[in-house]
Amino acid sequence: MEEVLNGLPKLGSAATAIGLFLAVLLILFFIGARFRGRLQGPVAILVFLGPALILVTMGLIVPAFRTIYGSTLDANQEEFVGLDNYAWIFDTQQGVLVNTILWIVIAPIASTALGLTLALLLDRMRRESVAKSLIFMPMAISFVGASIIWGLMYEYRDPAKEQVGLLSQVVMWLGVDDPPNWILWQPFNNYLLMVIMVWIQVGFAMVVLSAAIKNIPADVVEAAELDGAVGWKLFSRVTIPMIRATLIVVLTTIMIAVLKIFDIVRTMTNGNFGTQVVANEMYAQSFVQFNQGHGNALAVVLFIGVVPLIIYNVVQLRKERAIR
Amino acid sequence: MSVEAPEFVILPEPEEGKGSVTEAARRKLSSPWAVLVVVIITVLWTIPTVGLLITSFRPAADAQNTGWWTFFRNPAVTFSNYAEVITGGSNAAIGITPYFFNSFAIAIPAAIFPLVLASMAAYAIAWVPFKGSTLIFFGIFALQVVPLQMALLPLLQMFNLGWSIGDIPIFPDLNKPGSNQSLLAGTYIPLWIAHTMFALPLAIFLLHNFMAQLPRDLMEAARVDGAGHFLIFRKIVLPLSVPAIASFAIFQFLWVWNDLLVAITFAGGTPNVAPVTSYLANLKGTYGAQLHLTTAGAFIAIIVPLIVFFSLQRFFVRGLLAGSVKG
Repeated sequence: MEEVLNGLPKLGSAATAIGLFLAVLLILFFIGARFRGRLQGPVAILVFLGPALILVTMGLIVPAFRTIYGSTLDANQEEFVGLDNYAWIFDTQQGVLVNTILWIVIAPIASTALGLTLALLLDRMRRESVAKSLIFMPMAISFVGASIIWGLMYEYRDPAKEQVGLLSQVVMWLGVDDPPNWILWQPFNNYLLMVIMVWIQVGFAMVVLSAAIKNIPADVVEAAELDGAVGWKLFSRVTIPMIRATLIVVLTTIMIAVLKIFDIVRTMTNGNFGTQVVANEMYAQSFVQFNQGHGNALAVVLFIGVVPLIIYNVVQLRKERAIR
Repeated sequence: MSVEAPEFVILPEPEEGKGSVTEAARRKLSSPWAVLVVVIITVLWTIPTVGLLITSFRPAADAQNTGWWTFFRNPAVTFSNYAEVITGGSNAAIGITPYFFNSFAIAIPAAIFPLVLASMAAYAIAWVPFKGSTLIFFGIFALQVVPLQMALLPLLQMFNLGWSIGDIPIFPDLNKPGSNQSLLAGTYIPLWIAHTMFALPLAIFLLHNFMAQLPRDLMEAARVDGAGHFLIFRKIVLPLSVPAIASFAIFQFLWVWNDLLVAITFAGGTPNVAPVTSYLANLKGTYGAQLHLTTAGAFIAIIVPLIVFFSLQRFFVRGLLAGSVKG
């Protein structure tokens, strides 16, 4: 009870902050609305767009350039070292890069493929919403929570004793006498961590793809069926081409999420046992090793990985806008 | 505080009959094999969470020495795991309660601030005609490329040391005189600002897509009647955008609630400001072997998103779709 009472002022300060924020905006609106005539447009742009532009400039644009610049400086950000930090990444952190590439390739493809399968199966089913909700549920769970959930699944015990982790127990029921200590089991532990990501992302892929499948015009499907397209043929010649754009969006969205994956690796292994990825190594270098040069360079590597994905999405978006 | 099972309200998906295979054909095509596959996957997807829930209610010795599935043979239930995690006790020194309040105090403003600012920006881009609005729109969209990681160190420096271009202060140096501590240390302010900054690109993008589709006649009629942008925004655009705003609000609330990276960078791990994810990561790091505690802590941390998710699923799904499917 005492703790609850101690917590109330915290909510109070949050409420105060919201109140202040809204009050400032109301005053700005009040002043802005007094401008009439030719000034009206410019003032509206300033008030409406100004705060957001200032925040993204200070929070994203400027830091991005500072990080790029900082990646050419040494650990304490004092001396210029050229590309040494990048040389360090490519010389000594190859394992980390390989892991990250494995993550980017495997986790999104697995999530999308499974999500697509489910969307297709569910499209023809009644009472689909229960299954959908349950498969979608992990989306609401934090990566940290998911790591604890799966840590329990992967828990290792001496094979002679009673098992606590379900994975070990299932494997033993299937006749394997000595299941490995999953989290230490290199290099397969990487894939076990990816399972967590897939567990979370399949619901997203399923829901988005399912909506896309439902949007395929009925006459297209009927015409194809009249022409004798059923089963696999209908799927590969009609369904897939019709939802191609959505498939790519889902795939790239998950790829971007995977590239930045940090929480799962940090909570499960903290990057030990050959499971390190760029995003967690970046955190470790910047905030544990205090080598900001390395940290900045790793952040830039992440950035370079994301850029082609986003450019692709922007191009797609422009095309769609042109069609409209 | 009592901990209760989540309310599993499952909202039916809005039936979008148009375009989908007709109901009769649907039944015909729904083969028993398909049903079986779906049931198996659904069960597989649910088991890990069920395991967590069951373990969190088992006595410490049971949880650590036997599998949770043996619970059905030997059903012993205790609430002491929750009691210990909530208030702190002999095994976990600090309870989760202060962190739980922190999570609310961080997530609610961090959902409202970007939402309001993004609605305003989206309106300006969509309905205030000016040169370069398309450029700004694509620029903001493209800003999603900047990974959080790129902004962390510079932002942290800005909060701690201020930031100026030459002699012009852009962000004040808030260090207390004579100490190394920023005035912002130990407050939620850096977290609110950081989350707002990082949320804006996606929020503006989604809300713009929605607002741009509002009927043009409506705006023009209001303009003819002499309404200015501020009036139109408040009286017409905001009320009509409630569905999109609600979707994004839920999305952003869950995102902030579940975030770990921003939290540990800007809040440290202290009970003053750090959220539940930070507590949980610590708990797993320090007391990872105490399965009865980590599971109870995890369940407390995920119950809020689960309630939000199951009660507002429809909005959440709509938000996701707006982000990734055109139209």
